[in-house]
Amino acid sequence: MLDIRGLCVDYGRGGRAVHAVIDADLTLHRGEVLGLAGESGSGKSTLAYGATRLLRQPGIITGGNVLFWPSIQRPDHVIDILDASPETLRRLRWRDVALVFQSAMNSLNPVLSVQAQLTDTLAAHLPESTREERRERAAELLELVGINPDRLRSFPHELSGGMKQRVMIAMALALDPQVVIMDEPTTALDVVTQRQIVEQVIKLRDQLGFSVLFITHDLSLLIEMADTIAIMYAGRIVESSPAQRLFRAPRHPYSAALLDSFPSLHGQRTVMTGIPGSPPDMRNLPAGCAFAPRCRYALPRCTEQLPPLARPAIEPDAHRLVACWLHEEHKLPEELAAPEPDGQPRFPARTPLPFAPESSGGSR
Amino acid sequence: MTDTPDGTPVVSASGRRRGEVVLEARGLTKLFRVRSRPQRGQRRVRAVVHACEDVDLTLEAGRVTAVVGESGCGKTTAARMLAQLIKPTRGTITLDGKPVSGRKLRTYRRKVQIVFQDPFASLNPVHSVRYHLSRPLRIYHRARGKAEVNAAVEELLSRVSLSPPRQFADKWPHELSGGQRQRVAIARALAAGPAVLLADEPVSMLDVSIRLGVLNLLGELRDIDGLAILYVTHDIASARYFADTMTVMYAGRVVESGPSLEVTDNPAHPYTQLLLEAAPDPERPGPQAIEARGSAPSLIAPPSGCRFHPRCPYAMPICSEQLPPDISVGEGHVAACWLRHPDYKDAVDTPTAGNLPA
Repeated sequence: MLDIRGLCVDYGRGGRAVHAVIDADLTLHRGEVLGLAGESGSGKSTLAYGATRLLRQPGIITGGNVLFWPSIQRPDHVIDILDASPETLRRLRWRDVALVFQSAMNSLNPVLSVQAQLTDTLAAHLPESTREERRERAAELLELVGINPDRLRSFPHELSGGMKQRVMIAMALALDPQVVIMDEPTTALDVVTQRQIVEQVIKLRDQLGFSVLFITHDLSLLIEMADTIAIMYAGRIVESSPAQRLFRAPRHPYSAALLDSFPSLHGQRTVMTGIPGSPPDMRNLPAGCAFAPRCRYALPRCTEQLPPLARPAIEPDAHRLVACWLHEEHKLPEELAAPEPDGQPRFPARTPLPFAPESSGGSR
Repeated sequence: MTDTPDGTPVVSASGRRRGEVVLEARGLTKLFRVRSRPQRGQRRVRAVVHACEDVDLTLEAGRVTAVVGESGCGKTTAARMLAQLIKPTRGTITLDGKPVSGRKLRTYRRKVQIVFQDPFASLNPVHSVRYHLSRPLRIYHRARGKAEVNAAVEELLSRVSLSPPRQFADKWPHELSGGQRQRVAIARALAAGPAVLLADEPVSMLDVSIRLGVLNLLGELRDIDGLAILYVTHDIASARYFADTMTVMYAGRVVESGPSLEVTDNPAHPYTQLLLEAAPDPERPGPQAIEARGSAPSLIAPPSGCRFHPRCPYAMPICSEQLPPDISVGEGHVAACWLRHPDYKDAVDTPTAGNLPA
């Protein structure tokens, strides 16, 4: 229902522009939870804001398409969000595509009650509704996210961090959106609260059938909750795969190393190494694969040529894509060659396009 | 991580035996007085925040002790009292067997050093790395004269794996990544030649991929230099990975403590169980619903009895009446829970979660 093709986002113009997202492809199916993981500065948030055209200055979209199918009944009705008129865009946001930001503390207006903030949204997008209808809907929304409707009259400072984040989710769901983009929605919260919010989101997804694009650096959380995971490194998607397959059998050295950065809660304690070095400077990306300087399997080719996002060498039909030369060169180390685990993924990974889509051109 | 294979204690670089108690806290309590805002027509009320109550902690040479808990559980308050940044309301701290008074802070700080959470705030942006490291060297008379100080600075930098050290010494904080800054902060703590390192969430501000590198560095300082390390964290998985013993806190009190593998693999207190269930775990077969609802209580008027009882799925009448005693549930493994008391053992398998308000 949402197809991001070849999205490129720069910060700044001309020679000094920083390429924050480069040639990103991502497909979100109806009802899917798609996890986008990566370290800070890997471009995961920029990708989401670029796709909804919410980038702040000096962010510029320099290429790609973001195709959106608003209705399942009309597969021929496609909107390219990057080409949409301001009016289409205004109606599309929130009603079709809603966002939940990381710091709920800063996203709520401290001088307005929860009710005022919820009904404002409804009034803006449903001008023909009555005051009473809006109040009822606001109460209904709070109940949906597990907050007692008594809290409608509360102000943000009277709520805990977890409750504020729930209010944000309630606001995002106010207009029955089809896609909810969540940018690190639980990072500032305690683990128990995080777990409750994640459970709530999954429950609501099952109940209301929206799709979720969940952005986080916490890969272990994603594996548990997401259907599909895309891993970003230095502005590019390096691997995309059904969640459990990624966990059992990572195909990209970065995915494997990232998985090895989360200590387990079970079994023997083993020495883990993390990833040597530090994330690259986005102003000065190395030639070839950006991960090559930190990669223990790097080949000479890796520092010269950029690997394309393609099907892996092992079981190429396994609904997954990986950008790594080790696959083409057939020099896969054992660590990246685990057999595919059993079980069909719920959603197919997107297959690479037979041709490169034409860039819509120009900067917006 | 442990003693040598044949079990003989290792003498560390600091001249202490592994496992020797260096810093000990007994009954550490901190009550913060606050003034609550008067409601209309009411008098201004004095209130007391029970941030940390009756916390016992033992730091041993060559061992890492983790304090685990959610925000507001008092773990940082406990660490700050140990660091003598704030004065305990009650309780005693002993360093090498001698009680510590508020005086002679410099002697104390020579032995007990701190690594803070945010390496972006804990280094002064107008000073070079060399300055940051040479100050403690001079203050604690660890090195004299320019040549000696410079040599010591380079030695410190290579101990925290910042190489080449000469190059790093002349960098400024803004030229370093988060992980590198935290290594400088660790090197600065080492400059005093301490026996104890208090690390308050030392990796939570760092990128996921470099956290383990910093934890492994602290692990080396434990193994090679025999430092006693306090590791304050909210991440129970990293505490399991890195710490030898673990203390779990909830709402200002210790609820469980013991060897870290023992605590995470056989959690005895319902709160520890909740914490483990809530932690992200890719190996979990499917998303599971956690039983305990609600959120941490107010520390101004903490619940009577066990502070976890309003959220506990196994709560019994006694839990709201009396504070649970520390009960041994294994070797060195202690839980403060009535369920483990011999008089109430049968109640363990009868959760009453359904009767509790959400």
